[in-house]
Amino acid sequence: MKKYISFFRLRFSMGLQYRTAALAGIATQFAWGALEVLAFRAFYETDPNSFPMSLSATCTYVWLQQAFLALFAAWLMDNELLESIINGNIAYELCRPVHIYDMWFSKSAANRISRAVLRSVPILLIAAFLPAPYGLSLPAGPGYFLLFLLTLLLGLAVTVSFCMLVHVLAFFTISPRGLQMIFVSAADFFSGGIIPLPFFPPKVQFVLELFPFASMQNVPLRIYSGSMTEPEIVKAFGLQIFWLLLLLAGGRKLCRYGEQKVTIQGG
Amino acid sequence: MMITMEHVCKSYWIAKRNAGMKEACKALFHREREEIRALRDISFTIEDGEMVGYIGPNGAGKSSTIKILSGILTPDSGQCLVDGRIPWKDRIRHVKEIGVVFGQRSQLWWDVPVIDSFLLLKDIYCIPDPVYHSNVDELTELLHLKELLRTPARQLSLGQRMRCEIAASLLHSPKILFLDEPTIGLDAVSKLAVRDFIRTRNQTHGTTVILTTHDMQDIEALTNRILLIGRGEILMDGTLEEIRRGGQTIDETIAQLYQEYEV
Repeated sequence: MKKYISFFRLRFSMGLQYRTAALAGIATQFAWGALEVLAFRAFYETDPNSFPMSLSATCTYVWLQQAFLALFAAWLMDNELLESIINGNIAYELCRPVHIYDMWFSKSAANRISRAVLRSVPILLIAAFLPAPYGLSLPAGPGYFLLFLLTLLLGLAVTVSFCMLVHVLAFFTISPRGLQMIFVSAADFFSGGIIPLPFFPPKVQFVLELFPFASMQNVPLRIYSGSMTEPEIVKAFGLQIFWLLLLLAGGRKLCRYGEQKVTIQGG
Repeated sequence: MMITMEHVCKSYWIAKRNAGMKEACKALFHREREEIRALRDISFTIEDGEMVGYIGPNGAGKSSTIKILSGILTPDSGQCLVDGRIPWKDRIRHVKEIGVVFGQRSQLWWDVPVIDSFLLLKDIYCIPDPVYHSNVDELTELLHLKELLRTPARQLSLGQRMRCEIAASLLHSPKILFLDEPTIGLDAVSKLAVRDFIRTRNQTHGTTVILTTHDMQDIEALTNRILLIGRGEILMDGTLEEIRRGGQTIDETIAQLYQEYEV
């Protein structure tokens, strides 16, 4: 276990040193968030009652999403890992007494968390001071806030283990780009990355909520603003655990198989 | 404790097509594949504490052999035992006991100081504190790393980086060291330093060293035994003196050997 914590630590401290990237990220996320809030405002002005979430809850959703983008954005694949498969540097990783899957998992998680740590605080602070209903409101209650933190971590784990599938599948293809694009687009749309899941028609939403994508950002961001009922929370929480275990087990198995048939070309 | 390989074979499939647009379209429907037999029936034994030079032209199968011995690659057939372990079956237990340097790749983390990569390796290999410190001290002294350890790997010159790479692969005191072209691209001073270090390591720690290289001075300076591989077969197994005839330089000898075996 200590090995994997060390991978996590080193990747984390490495992520912390890219300060300019973080500043640029904050600016981008803030601009993007403002744009979304303005767009939603225009929609709500026509008829606020036809929306499943209040404008304030939607804005809070947007700001939390921008602040924790690095935790959940599927397009933030760990290119280092993919490159190590493409250029063969994985040769060195296979020479280590570690399980490839576990090592990559800790590296990916560290990469995401270090980015989020640098970017989230300023965005949350600024958003909290924006006038209501356009800013970040307080959590629906202390219980909701704790549940938010818990499901945030679970959602991160589901996202990482989902992206790990793409990383591992790179063992079997010459270039992982195509797979990456399909997975990323699907995950972005179906996880509520573009519009929150309650905005979909009820039947579509019912199906989407069973998908692993709904176990990523959807759960914590909605719990925070109290737009999930108690039975919904229990179901979402159970699904998060279910998908996490399934994705972990599947990814591990696939990785084991990939290691067996790996050939490192060149050199 | 020793290394044995018996009748090891490994083939790769390579997609091939002729030049041109028409051929590219044809390849959409029918793909021609050619089997490349990288290793055919490789057998050898290496005793504890030996320094062996593994030479052969490009594409002869040197790297494939090293990859099989270090547990990265699974051969199609044949037996291979390193210290009683089958490398690819028992990968994690096996790699704890070996050190590997791939001259054309890097194991150091690009954006952090070298010492951080070392500390990570300490945890990966579960190296106890006293062992780690005495190894780092010893390697720092012998490879002149003092000024380098605090520098990010990306800012090291090739020679400096290679010295750090070699140190990194010895932190866990492996009994066997595989060096895949460790002196590639190095200047004269760095080459001499690396050779000197490898020789000392073999003498003082009894480390078994298996070295692939195209640099015949490496072979001359380091190894007493040479394995010559060509087209996936072991063509010759002997000492440098046996191979060299008369007053030729080693490069001439090897070139002649390659011609003789038509590889």
